[in-house]
Amino acid sequence: MSAILKISDLRVAVEGKPILKGVNLEIRQGEIHALMGPNGCGKSTLAYVVAGHPKYEITGGAIELDGVNVLELDPCQRARLGIFLAFQYPVTIPGVKVSDFLRHAVSNVRNPDRKEGEGLIPMKDFRKELKDRMSEIDIDSEFARRYLNDGFSGGEKKRMEILQLSLLRPRFAILDETDSGLDSDAVRAVSEGINKLHGPHMGVLIITHHERLLEFNKPSFTHVMLAGKIVETGDASLAHDLHANGYAAVRERHPAEAAEEQAVTVKA
Amino acid sequence: MDDYQFGFHDPTDKYVFKSRRGLDREIVYQISELKKEPKWMRDFRISSLETFFQKPMPSWGGAVEEIDFQNIFYYMKAAANLEKSWEDVPEDIRKTYDRLGIPEAEKKYLAGVKAQYESEVIYGSLQEDLAKQGVLFTDTDSALRDHPDLFREYFGKIIPPNDNKFAALNSAVWSGGSFIYVPPGVKIEFPLQAYFRINSENMGQFERTLIIVDEGASAHYVEGCTAPTYSSESLHSAVVEIVVKRGGRFRYTTIQNWSNNVYNLVTKRAMAYGDSLMEWVDGNLGSKLTMKYPSIYLMEPGARGETLSIAFANHGQHQDAGAKMVHCAPNTSSRVVSKSISKGGGRASYRGLVKVEKGATNCKSNVVCDALILDSKSRSDTYPYIEAEDDQISLEHEASVSKIGEEQLFYLMSRGMTEAEASAMIVTGFIEPLVKELPMEYAVEMNRLIELQMEGSVG
Repeated sequence: MSAILKISDLRVAVEGKPILKGVNLEIRQGEIHALMGPNGCGKSTLAYVVAGHPKYEITGGAIELDGVNVLELDPCQRARLGIFLAFQYPVTIPGVKVSDFLRHAVSNVRNPDRKEGEGLIPMKDFRKELKDRMSEIDIDSEFARRYLNDGFSGGEKKRMEILQLSLLRPRFAILDETDSGLDSDAVRAVSEGINKLHGPHMGVLIITHHERLLEFNKPSFTHVMLAGKIVETGDASLAHDLHANGYAAVRERHPAEAAEEQAVTVKA
Repeated sequence: MDDYQFGFHDPTDKYVFKSRRGLDREIVYQISELKKEPKWMRDFRISSLETFFQKPMPSWGGAVEEIDFQNIFYYMKAAANLEKSWEDVPEDIRKTYDRLGIPEAEKKYLAGVKAQYESEVIYGSLQEDLAKQGVLFTDTDSALRDHPDLFREYFGKIIPPNDNKFAALNSAVWSGGSFIYVPPGVKIEFPLQAYFRINSENMGQFERTLIIVDEGASAHYVEGCTAPTYSSESLHSAVVEIVVKRGGRFRYTTIQNWSNNVYNLVTKRAMAYGDSLMEWVDGNLGSKLTMKYPSIYLMEPGARGETLSIAFANHGQHQDAGAKMVHCAPNTSSRVVSKSISKGGGRASYRGLVKVEKGATNCKSNVVCDALILDSKSRSDTYPYIEAEDDQISLEHEASVSKIGEEQLFYLMSRGMTEAEASAMIVTGFIEPLVKELPMEYAVEMNRLIELQMEGSVG
């Protein structure tokens, strides 16, 4: 039976200012969803909130994974439950080798009851798996010994996120603008990577401004966010239309949200 | 601290000798008498004791005024003999070193071992081929007896008793420590290790180490230290004197992990001659208060000095550590890299001096201090001093203080790391540039100790 990630009437504020104003979204394992919308509409906030970033204040609504109240869990427990966020801006951790980091991450996520200091997955198996996954998404094996994201180019960082995705095999993955700032070769590599990983056991939410990532990973559903709400849901053709014609038509169809969006922009 | 794993202790009722508490001339005479020392050493001790009494307590650094010198045992001998086989070491003591993993490490990767328990070295070994090449690795008391001329030529010359109050104290009551002589051109591949263990409450351990690395020779010496956890304090006050002659290389690595009731007040100094390289790798994880600034006097052109310092100050700890580089000759160079971490209300201070004597032209010195503060209760300070009497020199000093980043923590936690595990990983990464300089076994040990410090630390 496939699991569901269910977001209901989610309301979120940062420093008292409402950002998400009642988001509803259901993703099943195996489905690909696209989330589009103009800058500042709340897409990345949604991604961070699902992953559990502490700076957001949940003012209402719920997030559940197969009935488990996700909002009660810290980011570590959410990861172990099978939620993964590919960061738009992956963080640099100086002095921590990629292979050490990944071995800890994999050990924790595959053995959710693992306590700190308990055994890691066997080095030999892990090395082989890491090598295989790296070659699949075209990352030089030399990166295993480098410090995490330290001195990596934009494209290298994004590939590193996909590598983590491929090793952690989450039930639900959110890709936050994984295609932004990449040249077309890098987008192709990342897209193909996601395409290989996607299957009946992984639900994917792709946040993007562009259509390129979606060419390789055709969404069953496309959602449009405006001023902190999902205002429209369609199929792949909606993504295509937004990409070709922009958000003007969406704003016309949803004047109330467009006005709110305007107000926020003016205030800022 | 609950997470200090070396806090156990052995019974003391079978000790061969235990001095009464307190410090006076009689105690010093008694120590010298027991050791059957020559008159010059007894005189040296007595005059050092006078110096100790005369010198005021340092008014800077840590809270040394809380030390009650009359409540301390200045000399304890736990075993009758210095043994060459672990089997001959009394059982309690042997078990302690087993728990510390010393005999096992010795089998695997050490060229020689000295184990000091309370005031005396109770076990010593050195690989046979090194002994054949003329390498001396013995306890300092035996060196005074067996190599009197070599001993007297250097002893107390690098750090005279009047250098500071605690050097004077050590000079008065010293016992044990390592004596190393590496003959010209002899290169010792594997580390020589000494392990210092305090067992009794209110114990004072005053080892005295003297190391001479002759021309073109090289060696690496490692010391480790632990003590039981008691409610009242013990004192460790060592003096370490080192000479590295022309073209020699020497590295002295310390992994100090005293329990949190030990005052650790140590004077360490090396003199580096022409084209030699002296390195201190100084890891301070334990103790209540550490005041230690390993120094290198660059005596002749081409001498290089390097100090890598790691300090971890946890709850109830003050690590006042650093380095001193004294450029006495032209064309000498020095480098100091210091990384400190403070956590749980601990305080880490970097205190360093770069001094350039008149005429020491074309000297280079580079000092980098990075501090990582893990919470708002903890504190970090930097006290860099520069005294330059020559202006044709290049001095660089960089310092940074950072707090552990929320974004870094979130990133690691979103990959399944607990908050404690994520913090430990960030800290381990922070000191990695220094830890990777250590031989593998010590790097593993250092990382393990850091992880222990980080465990159970966060909500």
